[in-house]
Amino acid sequence: MSVKQNREFFYRRLHSLLGVIPVGAFLIVHLSVNYFAVRGPEAYNQATHFMENLPFRYFMEITLIFLPLIFHAVYGLYIAFEARHNTSTYSYFRNWMFRFQRVTGVIVLIFVTWHVWETRVAAALGTEVNFNMMAEIVENPLALILYIIGITATTFHFANGLWSFAVTWGITITPRSQRISTFVTAAVFVALTFVGIRSILAFVG
Amino acid sequence: MSEKTIQLVIKRQVDQNSEPYEEKFDLPYRPNMNVISALMEIRRNPVNAEGKATTAVAWDASCLEEVCGACSMIINGKPRQSCTALIDQLEQPIRLEPMHTFPVLRDLTVDRSRMFDSLKRVKAWVPIDGTYDLGPGPRMPEAKRQWAYELSKCMTCGVCLQACPNVNSKSDFIGPAAISQVRLFNAHPTGAMHKAERLETLIDGDGGLAACGNSQNCVESCPKGIPLTTSIAAMNRATTLQSFKNFFGSDNTA
Repeated sequence: MSVKQNREFFYRRLHSLLGVIPVGAFLIVHLSVNYFAVRGPEAYNQATHFMENLPFRYFMEITLIFLPLIFHAVYGLYIAFEARHNTSTYSYFRNWMFRFQRVTGVIVLIFVTWHVWETRVAAALGTEVNFNMMAEIVENPLALILYIIGITATTFHFANGLWSFAVTWGITITPRSQRISTFVTAAVFVALTFVGIRSILAFVG
Repeated sequence: MSEKTIQLVIKRQVDQNSEPYEEKFDLPYRPNMNVISALMEIRRNPVNAEGKATTAVAWDASCLEEVCGACSMIINGKPRQSCTALIDQLEQPIRLEPMHTFPVLRDLTVDRSRMFDSLKRVKAWVPIDGTYDLGPGPRMPEAKRQWAYELSKCMTCGVCLQACPNVNSKSDFIGPAAISQVRLFNAHPTGAMHKAERLETLIDGDGGLAACGNSQNCVESCPKGIPLTTSIAAMNRATTLQSFKNFFGSDNTA
């Protein structure tokens, strides 16, 4: 690509790619590690300590999580507010998914900001990240409800994003492949939502 | 006046800069009317439902057989051609609105210039002129011709742009119609000689192919049943490959 060109194509493709790799991949790792909570506080604490002590932790946090996530979020906001929703006139399934993708994107951004503040920023300020930390957060029923909403919005945004990733990169072209991809990504949504919610409930008394 | 009547509610506008308003009309029923003949009846006798004389409603029409796309408007909420909108099949009162995604010139008349500009942008033609006789081009297989014919049914009517949530005043998205035309002309054996050039038009500039958000309203709304979302996804693949060729450098000119 030469210099004079408009970068929208590149930014949109980058946005699509980063949503899956590394942000989506990180989400799967994160949800899997959370699931240790189901096995009890000890297993969970052991898992979080393993993650905490990974080599090159700060480097990986910045390059694999924060930078891609910030780009995806900021550019995603621009995309979300560019749309003029019309589901009342065109109440087709995909048009609803289009709308939900943008709505959940905004919810996830708010949720993740709050979640990072409460956990990662708190940890940087000296709070120890362990089972008790989460147990104390979700002791408040309102926080628990917000977590469940946040997790579901996140898994939806990721699963539906996988569907549009496949279209955006030209992997699924035919209506049949796109339909099957809808079922596959719906299964991803159900599975990840199960993992996420089961884990958060494990912290409740 | 005990005869059956047709009720129309029309969103009107004097010119491009004025505010829209609604006007109601009651017309005498005749069998087999379409929206066009109802509008012609208003033109013959421009009197609104209150019995007051008014101006005739302006609208666009040409072929009257759903191949030109000129008479597209929003009828009872959905964009479609008014020539094939039969009064007997419509719920009353029949609401007519201009396709407001486009600049409204007057009443139901809109300016679809942006669509024709998009066709120029994507070079939706097969260049055959040269300084000497280029001779006959390669043959097109019959099966491919039949397939391409479906894409060539596009009449630039604007319904897909009207239905698209990403075609609006906040976005420059080119819309599905022109993207599908790139697929059509790139499939043509002679047109394919300019394949990379057309793909570049979708990659470069504001509101290209990438601005599609996959709401898929276009394919649901297209009056000609053109597989627009298949075309968009196919162009996604083609531009992916083209951008890789451009960046890594391999045979990127055709």
